[in-house]
Amino acid sequence: MRILSLAGRRLAASIPTLFLILIGVFLLLQMAPGDTVDALMAQMGGGDAATARELRKFYGLDLSIPAQLANYLWHLVRLDLGFSSIYGKPVASVILERLPPTILLMTASLSFAFFFGLVFGVIAARGVNRWPDTLISTLGLIFYATPSFWFGLMAIVVFSVYLQWLPPGGFEDIGTVQTGIWRVLDIASHLVLPTLTLGLIFLAIYLRIMRASMLEVLNLDFVRTARAKGLDETHVVTRHVLRNALLPMVTLIGLQAGTMLGGSVVVESVFSLPGLGRLAYESVVQRDLNTLLGIVFVSALLVIVVNFVTDLLYARLDPRISADS
Amino acid sequence: MDALKRYFRSPAAVIGLILLLIVIAMAISAGWLYPRDPLSLAGRPLIWPFASPRFLLGTDNSGRDIAAQIFYGARISLLIGGVATAIAILIGILVGAFAGYYGGWVDNILMRITDAFQTLPNFVLLLVLVAVFGSTLTTVTIAVGIVSWPAPARLTRAEFLSLRNREFVQAGRTLGMRDVKIILGEILPNALPPVIVYASVVMAVAILLESALAFLRLSDPNVASWGNLIGLGRDVLRVQWYVSAIPGIAILATVLAVSLVGQGLNDALNPRLKSR
Repeated sequence: MRILSLAGRRLAASIPTLFLILIGVFLLLQMAPGDTVDALMAQMGGGDAATARELRKFYGLDLSIPAQLANYLWHLVRLDLGFSSIYGKPVASVILERLPPTILLMTASLSFAFFFGLVFGVIAARGVNRWPDTLISTLGLIFYATPSFWFGLMAIVVFSVYLQWLPPGGFEDIGTVQTGIWRVLDIASHLVLPTLTLGLIFLAIYLRIMRASMLEVLNLDFVRTARAKGLDETHVVTRHVLRNALLPMVTLIGLQAGTMLGGSVVVESVFSLPGLGRLAYESVVQRDLNTLLGIVFVSALLVIVVNFVTDLLYARLDPRISADS
Repeated sequence: MDALKRYFRSPAAVIGLILLLIVIAMAISAGWLYPRDPLSLAGRPLIWPFASPRFLLGTDNSGRDIAAQIFYGARISLLIGGVATAIAILIGILVGAFAGYYGGWVDNILMRITDAFQTLPNFVLLLVLVAVFGSTLTTVTIAVGIVSWPAPARLTRAEFLSLRNREFVQAGRTLGMRDVKIILGEILPNALPPVIVYASVVMAVAILLESALAFLRLSDPNVASWGNLIGLGRDVLRVQWYVSAIPGIAILATVLAVSLVGQGLNDALNPRLKSR
């Protein structure tokens, strides 16, 4: 229960942050050249000044900026993110349609990076300064420096163009209608390359942190005790070291949530996945500022939720955290 | 001197330094080796690398020399990476120093703002900034700097928190020194080394951020940048994949060089941490 109240308090503390972000970005977007009505008129193929005035009045754009901001926040409290003139739909439903591919992609990449980061980190730490460690650490450095979009393109060249093992893009095969397990497999095969692409840099970060944290824990007294009482090495690592070495990894999930969401903008564009990131890119290109603001809100919210879950996980792994405070 | 010796004892750090020097040499010699505008038409489009002695790395889809664009791209990457990092570190030090030194409500407000910047994914904020201010070289550089300051700010703040009640600071206060003088003249020089080392991480990320932006065609299209070239090569990816592949290797090498040098500096300056 204490864990919940602790994490709950941190969640409550992030509400002002969320408002700060929204107000900041709202004011920022006021400086952008052109507004919703300009975008709409351009799409209709132009129109006279009177129509523009009518439309501005209809959308509440003729009010003062503070009044518009108050209006926006008041609508937001009722989960109304405004109207996207480009898509001709409420922003909330546009975003909701695009959310599942992104969440799927992020979850898959995170699991991939976390699992292999853990495994490689442990292997590197066990053979510290011998060849497995050198190899893994070098690979980690290279992965860290690889631009994700470039890796994605090269993966397309190798796996889709030359080997023809995997589809080069899209979320599912639209040519054929599939149901049940076949649809799941189809989507999975479309997500393999994007997952690797997005997860690569995080794999590099996780394995480096896991290695450092393993090395740190391996030198602690309780590990010596465990060895002294005659436990075999596998047992020492899996039961005693791993659980303690995992803590920094879990912290990292929360810290990296935003970076991962940002990375999905690029990866979704490379693989033309219809996700939130691609929507962000499209709304910049099409000057759909209402949608852009909605994406800012949703992505900040997503980061906050991930951090909340991380807090819970952390307290579950380390009982001292809920006991101290 | 000791630190220098320690630096050169690490092979990774030396490799990083050599790579970085090569990239810098490319940036300097670009104008001398390729006096023509790298974005001007140079020959037949889509010549493969090593196929023509005139174009060592081939030409792209519009017949522009890839090698020339790689050399000029080194300038752009180092320029944007360097200036954006300087901006980020400067804002970070200012915010972190004031928050850490004064504490209380100043700290509270500044950290709330830092939180806000860290909660919003930095690439999304970058998109917003580009949407509002356009994508010229100057605006993109400033935008990359603006999205990168929170981490250095937190680092500076932590350093200031641990230093602000040390004896030399108290001595300064007793002598009646003004706060600004204590912050800039007394505490900052002691807090600076870890922040400077961290600058390499900021620079690596800044270069990656700009190239991603350029790849999406949201950066300045009128300069020869590696990201632009990768984005262009995407149109001919199926057959002429080298147009995208070559600049990607350049980005990889540069980011690798910057992070290796940063890590080498870190290990050389904090020898006790090295054994980990």
